[in-house]
Amino acid sequence: MASTSQTSGINAAVPDAATQIEIYRRMSLISQNDEASRRVIRSGRLMMPYYSGKGQEVIPSAISVNLTDEDQICTIYRGIHDMLAKGVPLNDLWAEIAGRVTGTCKGKGGPMHITHPKSGAMLTTGIVGSSMPIANGLAWAAKLDNSKRVVITNFGDGASNIGAFHESLNLASVWKLPVVFVCQNNRFAEHTRYAKGTSVDQISKRAISYGMPGYTVDGNDPFAMYAAANAAITRAREGEGPTLLECMTFRFWGHVFGDDDFYMTKEEKAEAMAKDPTILFRARLLTDGTATEDQLAKIDAKIATDIEAAIEYALGSEMPPVSELTTDVYAEAGVF
Amino acid sequence: MSAETKKLTIIGAVNEGIASCMAADPKVIVLGEDVGDLEGGGIVGVTRGLSAKFGDERVRSTPITEQAIMGAAIGAAMGGYKPVAEIMLMNFTTVAMDMIINHAAKCRYMSGGQTSAPLVVRMMTGAGISAGGQHSDFLEAWFCHTPGLKVVIPSNPEDARGLIVSAINDPDPVIFVECSRAYGTTTDVPVDITPIPLGKAKIVQEGTDVTIISYSEIFARAKLAAVELAKEGISAELIDLRTISPWDREAVIASVAKTGRAVIAHEAVRSFGVGAEIAATLQEELFGKLKAPIKRLGAAFNPVPFSKPLETAHVVSVEQIAAAARSTLT
Repeated sequence: MASTSQTSGINAAVPDAATQIEIYRRMSLISQNDEASRRVIRSGRLMMPYYSGKGQEVIPSAISVNLTDEDQICTIYRGIHDMLAKGVPLNDLWAEIAGRVTGTCKGKGGPMHITHPKSGAMLTTGIVGSSMPIANGLAWAAKLDNSKRVVITNFGDGASNIGAFHESLNLASVWKLPVVFVCQNNRFAEHTRYAKGTSVDQISKRAISYGMPGYTVDGNDPFAMYAAANAAITRAREGEGPTLLECMTFRFWGHVFGDDDFYMTKEEKAEAMAKDPTILFRARLLTDGTATEDQLAKIDAKIATDIEAAIEYALGSEMPPVSELTTDVYAEAGVF
Repeated sequence: MSAETKKLTIIGAVNEGIASCMAADPKVIVLGEDVGDLEGGGIVGVTRGLSAKFGDERVRSTPITEQAIMGAAIGAAMGGYKPVAEIMLMNFTTVAMDMIINHAAKCRYMSGGQTSAPLVVRMMTGAGISAGGQHSDFLEAWFCHTPGLKVVIPSNPEDARGLIVSAINDPDPVIFVECSRAYGTTTDVPVDITPIPLGKAKIVQEGTDVTIISYSEIFARAKLAAVELAKEGISAELIDLRTISPWDREAVIASVAKTGRAVIAHEAVRSFGVGAEIAATLQEELFGKLKAPIKRLGAAFNPVPFSKPLETAHVVSVEQIAAAARSTLT
């Protein structure tokens, strides 16, 4: 099987105008939600570990418009952007990160473990690399069901150095599973630069070892991301097996909230942040004539209102009763 | 129901149990290293014949890839299937611990009940077959210490068959441990399969002087010890735990309340072991009613050695169990 480290091999699908606007809507949702999350944490109204996905919003937005409601995703602790793009409702999400009983997981998971199967959001893991082996199992179930369901599994560049990545790509290839491995390469594994910890210049090259196509994509370009995702998802849906997408991007707010980015230069960070993908795409939609200012302003305003409502909903919701402490450990209560 | 019986080994019993579940429910699937017939139907043949009967899609031989095996089992379980994963040896679970502990055990809780992993992980282990320190450990205490998991360790063919059926149909992840030394144990079992509920111990022999609590192949040693004790006029009550977590507190406490004395014997190292949990519970529940300190027997705190006399000395013996029981009466 031919494998390439560039996107030149991709039969480039182009999103139509409505899809472009939908991609933008999801990007705006992720960006505004990130802004709101950091604001609320700073205000002291919420205490939580927060791994901002700002800067990486193109990736799940352009992927998820290629997915159906039945398709599933797995992601990692830096995954709220993935969850929002897949359609996890804002109210449930905010209630969960606020530890409220009305949250997706009744407050038992928290921001690192958002789960919402109704939206196809099957797993958020706090363990680097661990989304991949489980995504394979979901994809195996999809195959056994004779369905056309596809599973997306997200992870960072650091995760491509852990055993789970290698075991998962191998098994997915051998079993021809309908799974897409989405590496969101934001250039840093926690605080360590990509090149210091990774043996190849492009993670997509690792696909060669596992007999699957691998592509390095500009993960901040909605058109390139859409085309790559479309090709990989179509391949999986048609039963042709997995693909590895390495999506080049940058995280705006470091590893975890409060991180002062001491491990990168000010210039490097400023340069990346000057190219805010949501701002750039918004401008492009206007200059291309794909959308009007009025149209986009309405989208942005609706999101802002929805986020404020979700925050109020979450903070106004009840905390879980202490009786919840020992439920959901087993199917049956009182096993111990 | 037929009253007919037939001879069955533990290998055959587990095989029959899985096969009956696969026949009854198309969602039951099997995966693991060499589990397909082309690869021998498992390293000792526990899954032999299953791929021929149910097809390669439902019985999948995997690469040597424990983490991916467990991940595939968890994902398939979340997706509505009932996977029976074979991790060849209990020591090999160490390379899949993230999947078992962080994911299988916790997904129900951490998702607030939205997802779950109703799967079985089968594995063999045990000293006594000269396999050395990385192929012999009983590590059940690790899994018992993890909320969300159930742990089952049968000692005989009939229990093995009935328990694997219940484990497969259980809504929670079950660690199912088969003692390699006991695989060939052959007994008469009913032809008809009866599921044995998880969490229920079996009082195999009633007695009045001392309760001996054990499981796995060590239970067979407890039985032999009871024969010796009987010769001395000591009446031992024998409890085979069968399910280690959740363990049958009610049955064990009732028995020790009656005898006033308890010996707990297992193959795993004694320190921080299952015996400690049971002994602690018994003193909490029965303080003042106990006639002697509770005795815990397990291996010394060392890895399983290779050399025969060392390996033999490592595992709790019939004599040690008998001596411990005697000591509670003097």
